[in-house]
Amino acid sequence: MKKKLMHLAAQGGISGDEFLIHDAVKKLLAPYCDMVEADAMGNVVGTIYAKNPDAPKVMLEAHIDGIGLMVSGIDDDGFLSFVPVGGVDSAILPGAEVTVCGTEPLFGVIGAKPPHLQTGGQDEAIKISDMVIDIGLSAEEARQKVTIGDAVCFAETVEQLSKNVLSGKSFDDRAGLISLLICLDKLKGKDLPFTLYILAAVQEEVGLRGAVMASERLAPDCAFCVDVCHGDTPDGGQESIFKLGTGAVISFGPNIHPYLSALAKTVAEAEKIAASYDADGGDTGTDAWAVQIAAEGIPVLLLSIPLRYMHTTVETLHFDDVKAVGNLLAAMLLKLDLEVLSCTFQN
Amino acid sequence: MYLSELTNLSGVSGNENCVRSFIKEKVEPFCDRIEIDSMGNLLAFKKGSKDTEKTLMLCAHMDEVGLIVSRITEEGFLKFKIVGGIDPRVLVSKRVLVGEQKLHGVIGRKAIHLLTADERKQAPKVKELYVDIGAENKKDAEKRVAVGDYIAFASRTVTFGDNLMKAKALDDRVGCSVMLELLKEPCPWNVCFAFTVQEEVGLRGAKVCAKRVKPDLALVLEGTTCSDTPGTDASGVSTRLGRGAALSLIDGTTVYNRELVLKLHKLATDAGIMVQFKQTATGGNDAGAIHLAAGGVPTLSVSVPARYIHSPSSVISLSDYEAVRETARLLIREVDNV
Amino acid sequence: MFELLEKLCMTPAPSGCEKQIRELIEKEISPYVDSVETDVMGNLIAHKKGNGKKLMFAAHMDEIGVVATCHGEKGQVHIAALGGVDPYASLYQRVRFLNGVEAVLAPDGKADILKTLKMQQLYADVGAKTEEEAKALVPVGEAGVFVGEYTEQNGCIRSKALDDRFGCFVLIETIKRMTKQENDLYFVFTVSEELGLRGAKTAVYNVEPDYAVVLDVTRTGDVPSEDKKALELKKGAIIKVMDRGFIAHSVVRERMVELCEKNGIDYQMGVLTQGATDAGAIHLFGGGVPSGVIAVPTRYIHTPGETVAQSDIENVLALTLAIAEEGIL
Repeated sequence: MKKKLMHLAAQGGISGDEFLIHDAVKKLLAPYCDMVEADAMGNVVGTIYAKNPDAPKVMLEAHIDGIGLMVSGIDDDGFLSFVPVGGVDSAILPGAEVTVCGTEPLFGVIGAKPPHLQTGGQDEAIKISDMVIDIGLSAEEARQKVTIGDAVCFAETVEQLSKNVLSGKSFDDRAGLISLLICLDKLKGKDLPFTLYILAAVQEEVGLRGAVMASERLAPDCAFCVDVCHGDTPDGGQESIFKLGTGAVISFGPNIHPYLSALAKTVAEAEKIAASYDADGGDTGTDAWAVQIAAEGIPVLLLSIPLRYMHTTVETLHFDDVKAVGNLLAAMLLKLDLEVLSCTFQN
Repeated sequence: MYLSELTNLSGVSGNENCVRSFIKEKVEPFCDRIEIDSMGNLLAFKKGSKDTEKTLMLCAHMDEVGLIVSRITEEGFLKFKIVGGIDPRVLVSKRVLVGEQKLHGVIGRKAIHLLTADERKQAPKVKELYVDIGAENKKDAEKRVAVGDYIAFASRTVTFGDNLMKAKALDDRVGCSVMLELLKEPCPWNVCFAFTVQEEVGLRGAKVCAKRVKPDLALVLEGTTCSDTPGTDASGVSTRLGRGAALSLIDGTTVYNRELVLKLHKLATDAGIMVQFKQTATGGNDAGAIHLAAGGVPTLSVSVPARYIHSPSSVISLSDYEAVRETARLLIREVDNV
Repeated sequence: MFELLEKLCMTPAPSGCEKQIRELIEKEISPYVDSVETDVMGNLIAHKKGNGKKLMFAAHMDEIGVVATCHGEKGQVHIAALGGVDPYASLYQRVRFLNGVEAVLAPDGKADILKTLKMQQLYADVGAKTEEEAKALVPVGEAGVFVGEYTEQNGCIRSKALDDRFGCFVLIETIKRMTKQENDLYFVFTVSEELGLRGAKTAVYNVEPDYAVVLDVTRTGDVPSEDKKALELKKGAIIKVMDRGFIAHSVVRERMVELCEKNGIDYQMGVLTQGATDAGAIHLFGGGVPSGVIAVPTRYIHTPGETVAQSDIENVLALTLAIAEEGIL
C-alpha cells in the first residue's frame, strides 16, 4: 500500500483535471468493487453491492484532486503566466519544477523577474504575477503546444525520509484514498449489511464541489470522509495540531454526527487503534462539510491523517497513520448499526 | 409561555438534544405527525382546516452560539473553539456549563496585572482563553470532560425594568417559544412547525428541512440585532426595543418579496399590532436557506429585537415578543389572504 | 442592431426587483418560444422544445444598486449596497430609485474619503430637509440603480448594467434568429445573481438541465493599470476555463472552441481566480451539470461606465447561436 500511495501521489490531476488519474484510481478500486464508474463531473465511484438490493447505503470518501496551477497567458518570448488552482502558497513556487499538460507533457521551471524589477521589495514574498513558467520554447512553439487554460502540476517525486515517513505532493488527499483501500482490504470476504460506495471525489481544493454533486446523487444513509489535518512542526503551535505517527484523528463538532464520532472513539479504544481527537466549531474545511447537507442530510464522520507542510510539494506523513485510519474505518463498518444511528435524535 | 424554560436549556449548534426533547414533548399532543431528520431538525406537521395541498412552514432554530472543547492541557484547562458567531470580547470572565453533565466552569485569562500595556489594549484572542473546571491536571479533567464536549453559557433568565427579559439564547428560543404558543392555532393550510438545528454555523439545518418540506410559504421567527444603544449612528440602528415585531425587507442572505412583506405589515397594523421594519441590510437567518430551497419558497421573517445578541446576556422586551407572536398568529389564520 | 441592448440597459433592475426587465424580456421573446414562465424567485424561464439533451442557457437580469435602509434627521436616506458595489465608484454618483426619485450619493462626515470609504458611509441625498420628507420620497426597502447613459463610440458601447444585459440581449437575439436546433433548449433570465447567484439556484432546480451555458461579463487586463494582457477588448468572445466559482467542463469548453474554429468566430480563453457567474451555482446542482461560460470582455465592471466592444458582442452572439443551433452533444 505504501508503494501504491507513492505512485498515486506522484501523478498529476489538479482540481478540474482529475481525468489524468482516472485510470490509476479505477485500477486501485477495481479489485474490491463490483462496479467502478466515473461520472460526468469526473468523480470516480466504486460500488460493493450488498446481497439485499434494498439494503441501506454507506459512503466512504476521499478527494483525488491536488492543488496546482493553470496557464493564463503566453508572452511573446514564450514564457507562461499562470494562476493558482486551490490554496497554493506562493512561497513554494520560485524554483519549483512543473509539468505543463499541453499537447504533450512539458517540463518547466518557475522563474521570477529579477529582484530589482519586482513590484515589492526583497523582504516581501514574490507575487505570482511576477513569476513565469519557463518551458524553454519560443513563443511560436509554445503556442503550438500550450493553450491558455492548460493544467500545470508539480513535477515531484515521493521520497521516503525514514522507514515510515514519506514526503511528496498530493498526499492531501490521496493518502485518504489509500486509507480507504486499506479498509477495503480488511473487509475482504466479509458480508456487510449495506451497499458500500467508495467515492474518489474531484474539485475539493476549489470548494468541495465534487463531493457536493456525488453525494447529492448517491444520497447514502451515512458517510465517512477521510482527509488530512495538520501535523506537528516546531512553528505550528498546539491547537488542532497532531504528532505524526500518533494515529487517526477523529473529529467532533456540529459537522459530525454524534453517533459516528462516539462509535469511532469506542471502536478505537476497544480495538486498540491509535487515535486522537479534534473538535471544530463549525466548518471542518473538508468535504464532510458539504456532504452533511447534501440530499436530505447525510450523517457524516471525518477521520484525518496528520500531515506536515500541507499544500506544498513536500507534504510529509507517517504511514502508520494512514493504516490507523484504514483499520479504524474497517472496524467501524463492522460495528456500524444504522438503526441506532437513525434513532440518535429521536430521544 | 415557555421562554424562561427554553432559555435555561443548553443547545449549542450540533447539540440541540435538550431543546429538542423539551419541544418534542410539547408539540406531540397537538400535531398529526412528527419527523426528526438525520441532522436533528424536528418537523411537526398539522393538517389544515381546508382540504388543500398547500403548506405553510413556520421556522425557528433551536440552537444557540457556544463553545466546544478542542484540547485538554497538561494542567487540566480546556482549550476551546467557538461555535457560531461570538465576539471573543464577551468571553472573558463568564460562567459556563461543560458537557452533558453541565459541569461548572469559568472562562479564564491572566489577571489584568499580568497583562502588558499592549495586551490590555487588544481584544483577547480565543487562542489565549481557556475554561477552568477546577481540575488538578489533564488526567483529572479527562475523567469528566472529553474533546468534543459542548460548552454553553450559564446565564440566569431574569425579568427586569419595564417588561424586559435578560437571558442567554434568546436568539432563537423566542422563535421556538412563539411556535409552541401557536400550536393550536387553526390554519386553512397544512402547517409544518420546523424547529431547526445549526442555524448559527451556517443555516445548515434549514437547508436540509426546507428541501424536504418544500412549503408554499415560510415564516421565519427570529431574534434579531437591536443596536438602539447609545453611540450607535442612526444608520446602524437595526431595530428598536419596544417598538414591536421587526419585519425584514432585506438582510445579508435574503431580499424578501416586498409586496408580501408590505401585506403582512398592513395586516398587522390593521390588527393593532406594533410592527417595525428592520433597518439594516446585514445579518441573516434561516430564510436565506429556505427561500432558495428546491424551486424557491416565498419567505418572510419576523423577529424580536434583542440587544447584546450572541452574548450570555441578551435583552428583549416582552411586548415585542408578544407582537411577534400575534403577527405570526395573524399569518396562520389569514394565510389565504397573503 | 443594438437598440434593444440600449433599452435593456436603461431598464432598472436592482437585484431582487427585476419586475420591469422581466416584463420587457418576456414581451420580446414570447412570440418565438413554446412557453415562458416565471418561477417563485422571479427567474424568467423560456422553453424552445427540441429533441435530445436538455440545454440551459442563462444570463442574469439584475444589476448592482442600492437599497434605502433608514432615514436621518437632516433628510438623508441611508443606504446599503445591493451586490458588489465599490464605494469609490459610487462617490457622488447619481442613483435613481425605482419610484423615480433621483439622488446623489454623498459621504457622511465620518468618512475618510481618500483612505477607507465604506458603502455605509454614503447616504443618498434626495433633496429632502427632514426625516419625514425623506421617508415620503424614498421608503425603507426602496431599491435604486446607478445612472449611466448608454452611448456608442468607436466600436465600443458604454453603459451601466451591461453586466449582464449584454447576456440577456444575446439570448434574446439567439431566440429570435435561430433557425434550427439540436437540443431541448431552455433560456433562463435569472435574478439576484449579484447577491450570490441566488436565482440560478432555484432556476436550475426548476429546469433540471443536462448541460448549461452561462453568458456574463469578464474583466479585461488591457488597461494601463494592469500588467496582464491575457484578455482584451475587441479580441473576441471569452471562453472561460476557470473563475472563483467554477471550472468549465471540458466537453462543453472544447465544443465551444470547436464551434468557434468551424464558424470563424474570434475567441480567447479566460483563466481567472476572481469573479463568479451563475455557472458557479448551476454546475453543482443534483449530480452535477456540465457547464461552460461565454463572456464578453468588459472594462470597469460594476461602474456606470462599463465598456464593451460591439465586435465582441457579435462574436458572443455568433457562438451562442451556433451552440443553440448545433447543440452541445
